[in-house]
Amino acid sequence: MSETHAQTVPFVRDTMLPPAAPPVREAGAVRWLRQNLFSGPLNTVLTILGVLIVWFLVSHFWDWFAHSVWNADSLSDCRRIIAETWGEGARGACWAVVRERWNQYVYGFYPPELYWRPTMAFGLLFVALAPVLFSESVMIRRVVLALATVLTLWLMAVMGAPAAWLVFAAAVLVGALLISERQPSWLLVFSILYPLMGVWFLWGGSAWGPVMVLVGPVLGWIAWRLLGRASALVATVAALVVPLVWWIVFAGDAARDAESIVSLAIPAVASDRFGGFLLSITIGVAGIAMSLPLGIVLALARRSDMFLVKTLAVIFIEFIRGVPLIALLFVASLLLNYFLPPGTTFDIILRVIIMVTLFSAAYMAEVIRGGLAALPKGQYEAADALGLDYWKAQRLIVLPQALKISIPGIVSTFIGMFKDTTLVTFVGLYDPLKSMSDAVRASTSWKGIYWEPYIFVGFIFFLICFGMSRYSMYLERRLARDHR
Amino acid sequence: MSEDITRRIDRSHMRISDEVAIDIRNMNKWYGSFHVLRDIDLTVHRGERIVIAGPSGSGKSTLIRCINRLEEHQSGHIVVDGIELTNDIKNIDKVRSEVGMVFQHFNLFPHLTVLENCTLAPIWVRKVPRKQAEATAMRYLEKVKIPEQAGKYPGQLSGGQQQRVAIARSLCMQPKIMLFDEPTSALDPEMIKEVLDTMIQLAEEGMTMLCVTHEMGFAQAVANRVIFMDQGQIVEQNEPREFFNNPKSERTKLFLSQILGH
Repeated sequence: MSETHAQTVPFVRDTMLPPAAPPVREAGAVRWLRQNLFSGPLNTVLTILGVLIVWFLVSHFWDWFAHSVWNADSLSDCRRIIAETWGEGARGACWAVVRERWNQYVYGFYPPELYWRPTMAFGLLFVALAPVLFSESVMIRRVVLALATVLTLWLMAVMGAPAAWLVFAAAVLVGALLISERQPSWLLVFSILYPLMGVWFLWGGSAWGPVMVLVGPVLGWIAWRLLGRASALVATVAALVVPLVWWIVFAGDAARDAESIVSLAIPAVASDRFGGFLLSITIGVAGIAMSLPLGIVLALARRSDMFLVKTLAVIFIEFIRGVPLIALLFVASLLLNYFLPPGTTFDIILRVIIMVTLFSAAYMAEVIRGGLAALPKGQYEAADALGLDYWKAQRLIVLPQALKISIPGIVSTFIGMFKDTTLVTFVGLYDPLKSMSDAVRASTSWKGIYWEPYIFVGFIFFLICFGMSRYSMYLERRLARDHR
Repeated sequence: MSEDITRRIDRSHMRISDEVAIDIRNMNKWYGSFHVLRDIDLTVHRGERIVIAGPSGSGKSTLIRCINRLEEHQSGHIVVDGIELTNDIKNIDKVRSEVGMVFQHFNLFPHLTVLENCTLAPIWVRKVPRKQAEATAMRYLEKVKIPEQAGKYPGQLSGGQQQRVAIARSLCMQPKIMLFDEPTSALDPEMIKEVLDTMIQLAEEGMTMLCVTHEMGFAQAVANRVIFMDQGQIVEQNEPREFFNNPKSERTKLFLSQILGH
């Protein structure tokens, strides 16, 4: 009581006690063990049980992994090497199949002399993603783009890409690195153009096709500007209808005519040559990029006051969610042909992408609707009270917050969708897990190899999905606004 | 408390003009079959400072929320600044951009900084250039005495600070009328004063204000008219001195004895 003035009651503290150090009981590691693993009888039993299970699993699989063979020509060759090194009856993994069939797993049946094209498309994908995914961090953008530049150019050179394309890729990648230092938002122009470029790199053919597709929105914009003075409604309808009419009626002929005047063609690759991770990533990236905006529109539609809009959204979402994806894929591959006018060729991968997109958009809509419902009513009221109209309120106030809340659910849907791309095996496409492994086993040298291909493909899927999961956690941290 | 406030109020700019800011005639509103507002008649002139009091559930919040159509009325007329509120969305947005509103729970946008909260509506609704909107916002943030918080997020501010930002956000639209919906009810006693001070300052500058509040000291000091509501009706309205010292209806007397008693 030395710091109180005992002689002058009532009590007034005039000296503050210095903060005391926390009590030191046990050393760090011992304390941690006690608190987390052996805090009571039940915990101790569970800990021992857990260790035993881990030991059982590891001891079972250990020698199989330890005896891995990476260099062999066939499964029997693998078995011979294992028997010679580890004795008769020893088990071992034969990873040589991954080594020998790596290209097939990655590129499917894509012409080997054109491997550089998907590689370039994949490298440039990071240029398109950088301003979207890493809009706030110069450092991360720098690392991602620098890695993409070095790896893409190196791989393209190894794969024998023509010098002109090497220069093109180098110009884009290095240009993106420089622009991202100053004005990352300019890169968004590239992000918008990338889908058409990517399609052209992958499938090849005439560049006039994508160019004519691009003309559609330009015409729509012109129509909107010209009619905007007359009536906002007419202008909006025209801006939607004009591109559609252009694409359906004129674009094909226009592309053909332009091609016959000035040829801009590169060798075309048909959809049945696609396979492996090239196919999965193509479908996955396209599905992810399209299902998010579609999901947002569906979620908003389902919360709309307009009866028709709301009903259509509910029917769409409930129908798509209630049907297995495989059923939708069969519709895409078989039934669609009956509905389309005879003679129309509608690419199978495109059809699958549309179905996968619709499927995950329905899930996405429900995830985002959860985020919208979680927003306090006050946010809507404040936006209204300031005079923001519906679309501005949604874009500036509601969606940024609702999407932030929904990030874990959105990324879960992405991950689920990406893994579901393996289901395209049922419509005869070469997914990496089933069809491609079957194709590998079809050769006499790899007949009978099951574990290794599945583990390898599963591992690659895990890497990509784990990456997405980590990115979503990074995004959540970055967007946290409460306690900084 | 009332003396404390009255002493320093500058009434030189508090002039009430003949011009009508808000005209409510014969207005009724129902929630389902529940009759929340009954035959409301209210005319507010430019420069008036009106305090609306009443027990909870009496419809006072609903009344001021009808003025910027956060709530829809089912019969009667509401004319704000010469524009009648109907289903026409254009008119509603026009009225909303001229009428500022401050909420009980602030309703700041948590994903935007204080400055962005203040510049959002001017930039997107009024189409003010960003630089100019930021300059205006800083002026109002200085006025509510928190310019140093401009770069922070609402979640990092105290309740009183958040409410002052909310007032600044409304003022950035340079509204002709301000509505306050229990602006101090969610605040700690220590923070109520800083918000009331800001509101008094606004009143001194001649802002037309409608304020739902339980702060009777504020009502006595600043209001030129106090409206007492009960069960969806305006029971009594009078200038504050008369209202507090000489209430006419029994209901008002009971309410005042309860609210001023302790």
